[in-house]
Amino acid sequence: MLIGITALFAGKASYYELGETVKNFTLKNVDGKMVSLSDYKDKAGVIVIFDCNTCPFSKAYNDRIISLNNHYASKGYPVVAINANNPEQSPGDSFSEMVSLAKGKNYNFPYLVDETQDVAKSFGATNTPHVFVLQNEAQNFKVVYIGTIDNNSRNASAATKKYVEDAVDALIANKSVPLSKTKAIGCGIKWKE
Amino acid sequence: MMPRFVLMLTMVLGCTNLCGQTAEVVKFERLETALKSKTSEVQIINFWATWCGPCVQELPFFQSLQDKHDGSLKITLVSLDFADKISAVNSFIREKKLSPEVIILDEPDYNSWIDRVDSRWTGAIPATLVINTATGNRKFVERPLKEGELEQLILDVKN
Repeated sequence: MLIGITALFAGKASYYELGETVKNFTLKNVDGKMVSLSDYKDKAGVIVIFDCNTCPFSKAYNDRIISLNNHYASKGYPVVAINANNPEQSPGDSFSEMVSLAKGKNYNFPYLVDETQDVAKSFGATNTPHVFVLQNEAQNFKVVYIGTIDNNSRNASAATKKYVEDAVDALIANKSVPLSKTKAIGCGIKWKE
Repeated sequence: MMPRFVLMLTMVLGCTNLCGQTAEVVKFERLETALKSKTSEVQIINFWATWCGPCVQELPFFQSLQDKHDGSLKITLVSLDFADKISAVNSFIREKKLSPEVIILDEPDYNSWIDRVDSRWTGAIPATLVINTATGNRKFVERPLKEGELEQLILDVKN
């Protein structure tokens, strides 16, 4: 029991909290090229979204994620989507299925595969979609928002609180993020056994 | 005449057991009523969805508990499927012959209610809440249950 509790605490401390600096990572994109967080060193920040092909919530948010990139990439906050689902448990999340989704939806941002699931674990990502807004402070990417995209998973037009937009708008205006942490119900990331 | 009547009666009763159960689409207040209800000694509330593999896998634990319980506990299966998927949820209930009550929680603004269920909940499902309605003792588990764990949780809240 004691060991269990220790392990639990050790696990808690091992992912990024708000304000912490994210270590560089390098993952394969759907175009076969490798993408690193450090490739974004000239950007004001990055909107990292742990996402997948198969989850009903991911499907419901798909177009909203594309809009986020369309709206914020030019303002210095591009989207980087990462799929960490184990394709053995979720065949619809295989690399080739990721390639088809990105093509079909004309993704103009990276959709990276986190095969070892190490990046998702380091972020403490649990669900899809799970958003981490990073702010670039002198080449250090700091976590400034963790949570869900907005307050209506089912219907974009009915959302009255747009957490990610509000966070990024505040950063662009040199203000602090109004609400830096929200919870989200989504599909749990399919972890390897 | 008589055997025919018996046959029909069997069919009707069979249907109430096997295909009578349907899900109701509700708002948070309905769930809150279940959370606070004191009509049974123990309230068991499970959050699941038809698209959630680990949730579907553990549903038989709730069904078998329902089959053998003595009325001292009440099981509510709270589906987080989108409300417009009600017919899919109902087909699922029929296919799996689920008899515990199923409600579909139509509250897409999760941050307005997650903490009112349990402040420890990050939002992942399956999640199961076991409440002793007399003492307010509660156990919250935000992961799939193991075989026999549900019975242990009930004992835990009773002590």
